[in-house]
Amino acid sequence: MTQIEQDKNAPDTVMSDYNFAYLDEQTKRMIRRAILKSLAIPGYQVPFASREMPMPYGWGTGGVQVSAAVLTPDDTLKVIDQGADDTTNAVSIRRFFEKTAGVAVTEATAEASIIQTRHRIPEAELREDQVLVYQVPIPEPLRFLEPSEVETRKMHELEEYGLMHVKLYEDIAQHGAIATAYAYPVKVEGRYVMDPSPIPKFDNPKLEMAAIQLFGAGREQRIYALPPYTQVVSLDFEDYPFEASKADHLCGLCGAEDSYLDELIVDDEGGRLFMCSDTDYCVARQAAGHRGSDAAPTLEGVA
Amino acid sequence: MTPLLQVEDIAKYYGTRIGCTGVSFDLYPGEVMGIVGESGSGKSTLLNTLAGHLTPDRGAVRFDTRADGLRDTVTMSEPERRMLSRTDWAFVHQHARDGLRMNVSAGGNVGERLMAVGARHYGKIRATASDWLGRVEINEDRIDDRPASFSGGMQQRLQIARNLVTGPRLVFMDEPTGGLDVSVQARLLDLLRNLVREMGLSAIIVTHDLAVVRLLADRLMVMKDGHVVESGLTDQVLDDPQHGYTQLLVSSVLQV
Repeated sequence: MTQIEQDKNAPDTVMSDYNFAYLDEQTKRMIRRAILKSLAIPGYQVPFASREMPMPYGWGTGGVQVSAAVLTPDDTLKVIDQGADDTTNAVSIRRFFEKTAGVAVTEATAEASIIQTRHRIPEAELREDQVLVYQVPIPEPLRFLEPSEVETRKMHELEEYGLMHVKLYEDIAQHGAIATAYAYPVKVEGRYVMDPSPIPKFDNPKLEMAAIQLFGAGREQRIYALPPYTQVVSLDFEDYPFEASKADHLCGLCGAEDSYLDELIVDDEGGRLFMCSDTDYCVARQAAGHRGSDAAPTLEGVA
Repeated sequence: MTPLLQVEDIAKYYGTRIGCTGVSFDLYPGEVMGIVGESGSGKSTLLNTLAGHLTPDRGAVRFDTRADGLRDTVTMSEPERRMLSRTDWAFVHQHARDGLRMNVSAGGNVGERLMAVGARHYGKIRATASDWLGRVEINEDRIDDRPASFSGGMQQRLQIARNLVTGPRLVFMDEPTGGLDVSVQARLLDLLRNLVREMGLSAIIVTHDLAVVRLLADRLMVMKDGHVVESGLTDQVLDDPQHGYTQLLVSSVLQV
């Protein structure tokens, strides 16, 4: 009786009608097998039986399934969307796991053990005890060049990646430089060409990191992975080398010069504000006393 | 002299129907072989089988590879065969659309084979592409235009440039002048003849147009119902046809 009483008082946000982290154990086993295989063959897209999730495709169903499969009750989860912790996608996925798994959540990159992300790698360097889960819309880097799945699989099998350079060639021919700014193709351990999900190419050098990186594509039913310290090389030409570019400004709020920036239109006169896309990084810097040129005095209280 | 391509008793069936059967010939370096016949006579099946697009049901296709001499391309591994088809072989399709990437610029189309074999220097790739566009009489300022904006004849010439850029030794052509008007055909044939002579190419040309083989081919095979009914030197076959079908074929051409 007291037990039940206690349960009622316990976090009533946790739904006891669901299995831990929403997915049933068989499904998690299936996904974990795919994850293990993908870690064994870095950059290779492992097919898996993606489930319907209670959110539309394109909202991170792949990432959510991977996160659910690797979550344990002791984990601390952080979810970011375009670097921000407070956007719709991030908030709803974070709430989803708060409800269905009851795990601790955080906005601080350093405190999280699992970070699910859409379109960014956090600015803070990740550690060996952390897992970064990406939401991937289209896992096949060759898809827009070669529509046939049979053919792209054959190309991966035989390492026929000349076509990927045709795309970069077209960029230079049209724009005078490699204009691909996100989802910039990389070669993993000298073998598979991989789409790093639509992260800005500024983040590409960070792909060689200490944390485990898992990529989940729900609609396309593919999981792929980068084990820690895997060699990841961005494709380029000898005379047009890869460049990790960002807006040539300082963060207007925290003054950071090394972080990836969002451009925000602030009025009708063309006024704009550049600010860190990684909100946690920006807030932490402001709390440490850094100030950018556009930081409003009122923000000091918030930070 | 080692033949460049040695074809031995090739047969391809579609179920119980004959695609082509009992075809054997040797092709020597620098030689151009024409294959003529009516629609459905098996000439395209034969060409696709030789080029590795179809797997034959019987027979051997031996190619004189640079590294190991004569190798049977039917039994060699797929990566090896695909490597051959990007380097030493070329395939010119009847419809340029089948052989080109229509949403990639002319320069990218020509450069693709170079990049596929490992070229990674943009400037050099572009210079080679531009050189090849010149050789097939496409103005170099069209290098960044997509093939969709090209005329049919230009598309066909672009396809040829794209195929010849890696310096292949054997070119398969499936009706290269099909669907082009006669004056464009004439210029294309002239161009092909020059390129074949200049580069010392061997070629197998499938066509139903006797004028094309008379201009380009050294030797001729006439096919009917999947069988080779007559073969020999081009002028010999065309001027003194022996087989009834060949006589019919030659006499069907309108003399203008």
